[in-house]
Amino acid sequence: MRVTVDMTVCESHGQCVFAAPDVFAFDDEDRLIYEPAPPAALARHVRTGALMCPARAVTIAEDGA
Amino acid sequence: MRRVVIVGASLAGLRTAQALRAEGFRGTLTLVGDEPHLPYDRPPLSKRHLTGAARPEDADLPIPPDLDATWLLGTPAKALDPVGRTVRLADGRELDYDGLVIATGAAARTHPADHVPDGVLTLRGRDDAAALRTRLRTGRRIVVVGGGYLGSEIAGAARGRGLDVTLVVSTAQPLARLVADEVGAYVAELHRAAGIALVTRRTALGFTGNPALTGVVLSDGDTVDADLAVLALGAEPNTGWLAGSGVPVAGGVACDPCLRVLHESGAPLPNVVAAGDIARWPHPLADGAPIALGHWSNAAEQAAAAARTLLHHDDARPFTVVPSFWSDLHGSTLRAVGLPAHSDERRVVRYDVFGRRLEVTYHRAGRLVGAVTVGGPGRIGAYRRILTDELLRAA
Ligand SMILES: Cc1cc2nc3c(=O)[nH]c(=O)nc-3n(C[C@H](O)[C@H](O)[C@H](O)COP(=O)(O)OP(=O)(O)OC[C@H]3O[C@@H](n4cnc5c(N)ncnc54)[C@H](O)[C@@H]3O)c2cc1C
Ligand code: SF4
Repeated sequence: MRVTVDMTVCESHGQCVFAAPDVFAFDDEDRLIYEPAPPAALARHVRTGALMCPARAVTIAEDGA
Repeated sequence: MRRVVIVGASLAGLRTAQALRAEGFRGTLTLVGDEPHLPYDRPPLSKRHLTGAARPEDADLPIPPDLDATWLLGTPAKALDPVGRTVRLADGRELDYDGLVIATGAAARTHPADHVPDGVLTLRGRDDAAALRTRLRTGRRIVVVGGGYLGSEIAGAARGRGLDVTLVVSTAQPLARLVADEVGAYVAELHRAAGIALVTRRTALGFTGNPALTGVVLSDGDTVDADLAVLALGAEPNTGWLAGSGVPVAGGVACDPCLRVLHESGAPLPNVVAAGDIARWPHPLADGAPIALGHWSNAAEQAAAAARTLLHHDDARPFTVVPSFWSDLHGSTLRAVGLPAHSDERRVVRYDVFGRRLEVTYHRAGRLVGAVTVGGPGRIGAYRRILTDELLRAA
């Protein structure tokens, strides 16, 4: 799974951070940082994070797709 | 389960459909919608859409190409027969179901005045937003009535477009009923700094002008001149179509903790669930008192839970997600988690209007039940995690 966040669209709602804290986080300057290639075990949480992002900033590409 | 009917084709309805498919439901899926539009997002309607930064179609919610659903749009449901398991539509059609999702959301509360002239608007749907946006182009003096976040957002957007703005709220501060006076005072400072005239502890009694609006009459007898007024008086759950069905609907559709819709006998109806603004369900942060929330994330999260309850009846789990909410005000974002409205004590951790930072915690009987912040998005997430852990421990 590959994750991208469109930082021009992200509004720092933090819904992704809440859904998948091992993949998304805020840094010390409150900027969103994330793991672009999360392990398969976290895929479910990442998908929830993408669905819960009100800004629709999170895009997921499944491996092999 | 072969046939699922979802009444209400907006955020909660669409997300329930998606979740049903994701959970493996392969039967027929029918979405019934009152509006002629496919699902779209409402939050931008009082934000980017009013400032002119977004077009209406930007708010369309993405529909997965493999959803495989039938959309019956522009045809409201008129009646529910939970015994015969059918939904009747306004056009006379009857839909049989094995599973039913009630997701009819809420509508803008209207004003009881006998005389409501042209130029008095409400905002709930895309068509309302288009009408308001057009009026904001030519309007010069606007009165916004309503102490909720919607009133404050509309006032801010109108001010941003250069109108003379008066915001009328019935409480001592805007947003007081949602987030109490401390945060209300902060928002009031933002409004005043932006040049909005704030009228507190008053309501709108009526309107002058015929046919076009010329003023709004306040409860103290004063009239505020206006060529445009927006009433943001809160939302009423869309329960009219459930009359006679035996489903209690006061303040929303009553549900059990797993979002199963209750019958007036108190027992949950077999195979009927609710999600979104329409649902009223007991929440542990409110000590099990039933609550209904008009929050975007609540509708999205409940949709997944309602789908699960519908498909896995015997293994249904209570929906206990910690609520979260945001509102955009004068370029900063106010974020809330938990149930600030259910508190008896507030602690102001940070209050900095100039630096656009705010942090307030909410407590009931000494226990943390919510938090509100402006700026510092990591903080609100931390509070949400604390509240979530607390609920898990208590469960
Ligand atoms: C202008 C505005 C701004 C908002 N801003 C924010 C924000 O900043 N942050 C936030 O968290 N939340 C915000 N919200 C709230 C959020 O949009 C709602 O919580 C969300 O839309 C709820 O989704 P829902 O599907 O439950 O209900 P709704 O979106 O209300 O959808 C219900 C649908 O059911 C339809 N319907 C009604 N009766 C029938 C019937 N009898 N038959 C068939 N269909 C029917 C309605 O026409 C509607 O399309 C805002 C809402 C509005 C209106
Ligand atoms: S949920 Fe969306 S908007 Fe919020 S931080 Fe994550 S990507 Fe950004």
